[in-house]
Formats: sequence, structure tokens, C-alpha cells
Amino acid sequence: MGARVITVTSGKGGVGKTTVTANLSVALAALNKKVVAIDADIGLRNLDVILGLENRIVYDLVDVVEGRCKLRQAMIKHKSYPDLYLIPAAQTRDKTAISPADMVDIAQKLREDYDFILIDSPAGIERGFRNAVAPADEVLIVTNPEVSAVRDADRIIGLLEAEEKGPGQLILNRLKMDLVKRGEMLSTNDVVEILSIKIIGVVPEDETVLTSSNKGEPAAGDPNSKAGQAFRNIARRLLGEDVPLMALDQEQSFLKRLSRLFSGNSAGMG
Amino acid sequence: MSSLIDRLLGRSSTGSAKIAKERLQLVLVHDRLDLSPEKLKEMEEEILAVISKYVQIDRENVEITVEQRKRDSWLVADIPLAVDDSRG
Ligand SMILES: Nc1ncnc2c1ncn2[C@@H]1O[C@H](COP(=O)(O)OP(=O)(O)OP(=O)(O)O)[C@@H](O)[C@H]1O
Ligand SMILES: [Mg+2]
Repeated sequence: MGARVITVTSGKGGVGKTTVTANLSVALAALNKKVVAIDADIGLRNLDVILGLENRIVYDLVDVVEGRCKLRQAMIKHKSYPDLYLIPAAQTRDKTAISPADMVDIAQKLREDYDFILIDSPAGIERGFRNAVAPADEVLIVTNPEVSAVRDADRIIGLLEAEEKGPGQLILNRLKMDLVKRGEMLSTNDVVEILSIKIIGVVPEDETVLTSSNKGEPAAGDPNSKAGQAFRNIARRLLGEDVPLMALDQEQSFLKRLSRLFSGNSAGMG
Repeated sequence: MSSLIDRLLGRSSTGSAKIAKERLQLVLVHDRLDLSPEKLKEMEEEILAVISKYVQIDRENVEITVEQRKRDSWLVADIPLAVDDSRG
């Protein structure tokens, strides 16, 4: 019972794990869920700045593990989302400062009082990844429509299956529809077919991700942001709602293309 | 046929995405098996050598492939045997 512990991971770095963790945390909190976001990227702390909480850090995850503070003292309450807390990573330590068992322990202490515990995993497949995944009930794998990111996602899915945490659900981030239409970027269907796992969301490439991280206000809180909408949809899917995938891939209707095909005009199909 | 499907789905069949997909599907076969293309070839040669000890193989038409079904890999071998006509 209690919270669902969800780890966000990817294998390859820079594909959007921290962005996804921050936005899902905000989106779930906006749906009145009690959320704790944990930055497990020890030494490369980032979730705090993306959430706009960097000035309020006193204690961090390693302080908790090493007994310098109580768990509660390391939890920073978000001003705009009173149901959202952050446990920041330590900035001046490395991944070996905590163990998978420590993470299981911390998650266990939080389970009873919260609905979601979201863990932002570091890149890679080493200790940091194992720390982040150890307490997970569910795993979200973030990838980009790009060969190296998809390949690394496949490796991660394999590792998760070996640890009986898999296969997890996929988030395809930074999709550029114009490129997909021109046949120059892997489509959602391509990536799903290659990885053969369930997809829970597609997030478009969107400059509001950058502008919102500049401000420390995740795009999920911006009603006009396309990426924000995608993150809000993923949050609702996590809650079991049947929200269709955003029609990023299917902007041209099937029938329209069919009629065009049979009229012998294939312009615009590229 | 697949190009018809591609066109119905509005996909280009000439862009780099198609190449990316094919390359990924191939590299993932070896990643998932943890077996390089050379090692796989070596294994095939050994399998064929063992079979050849007992029966004659029509080497020209041997087809050994690794198929992906969902996330599982299957070694699929189509090994035609050379029928010795001189006996008939
Ligand atoms: N949908 C998107 N549209 C545009 N930019 C994006 C999108 N998603 C992520 N980015 C940008 O990509 C960069 C990397 O994102 P992020 O830090 O979330 O990745 P990460 O996987 O956490 O990286 P690391 O492996 O270093 O922890 C950031 O600059 C972010 O603003
Ligand atoms: Mg990160």
C-alpha cells in the first residue's frame, strides 16, 4: 500500500530524465497527489534548479543516509505546489556515497504518507542507476528518436528485465514532427516497434522546456506549453486514465492520405 | 507492399529514418544476444559443420537468422539437405 515509487531512467545522458521527473512531479501535484521527487544524481544535482528550489537547500540525500539530519529536514516543500517535496542530491559527493539498500530504506519511510515517489536517475548503467532503480515499483524509460538513445534504452530495458524491474514504460521525448513527416526522424511507431515495450507518452521538442527551466517553473504548469500538455497527459495516464497519445504523429488524416494515394497524387507524402 | 503501407501512413520510404530503423534493428539483435556478427557467423559455421558430419547440406540455400519476437530472440534455421540422387 501507500506510494507508488517510480524511477525515471534512460541509459544515455541528456535525453530528458530530469525534465520528465520535474514535470511529472508538478503535473501529479497539480492533480492533488502528494509527491516526493528525489534527485538520485549524486554529484550532478539538477532537479532543484529545474523545480526552482535551488535556494532553499539545507540538507541533501547523503546527509539523510549518513545521519546528519532527519528525512523530513531534507524535504523541501514547493511554494506553488504544497503537495510537492524535493529531496535534493548532494553536490560534492559521488554515487558511492549511497547504496541501493539506502534508497530502498528511504522510499520505504516515505511510502505511507505520499502518493508518488519519483526518482530522477543519473545517466549510465553503473552504481547510480542501480541506486535509483532499487526501490522502484515502476520504471519510466526516457529516450529520444535517435539511434544512440534508442540503443541505450534497449540496453536499459534488458537490464531492468534481468533485475525483474522491467520492462517498464517508454517516454519518447523531443520528437520533431516536421522531421518525422519528411522521413528524417524515427517516428513513435518506429521506436515502439524497435523496443517492443509499452509507451506512456510522447513529448514534442518544444522551446518552452528551455524557457521554463530558465525560470525554474516546469512547463507542465504552463497551460500554453505543448510539452507541458504532453507531461500532464502522462500524469493522467499514470493515474489510470485512458488519454490517447497526442496526435503528433498523425496530423495528416489517414483518409486524406488514402484518397490522395488513389488519386495518384503523392505530393506532401515525403 | 511495405512501401504502400508507408505511403498510407504518410511515411517517406527514402529518408534517413528508414536507414536508422534498419540499422537499429540489426545492432539490437547483437546487443541483445551479446554476440558480435563475427561470433554469430562462427557459430553458424560450427552448427553446419556438425550437421554435415551426418547428412549433406545444400549450403547454397542455408538460411540462419535471428528473429525478434517481442523482446525475445529466436534462432531460426532453414537448412536444406542435399538429396543424393545417385542412390535413387
Ligand atoms: N521536449 C524537450 N524540448 C526541448 N528541449 C528539451 C526537451 N526535453 C529536454 N530538453 C532539454 O534537453 C536538455 C537535457 O535535459 P535533461 O537535463 O532533462 O536530461 P537528463 O536526461 O536529465 O540529462 P543527464 O543525463 O545529464 O541527467 C536540457 O537542456 C533540456 O532543457
Ligand atoms: Mg538529469
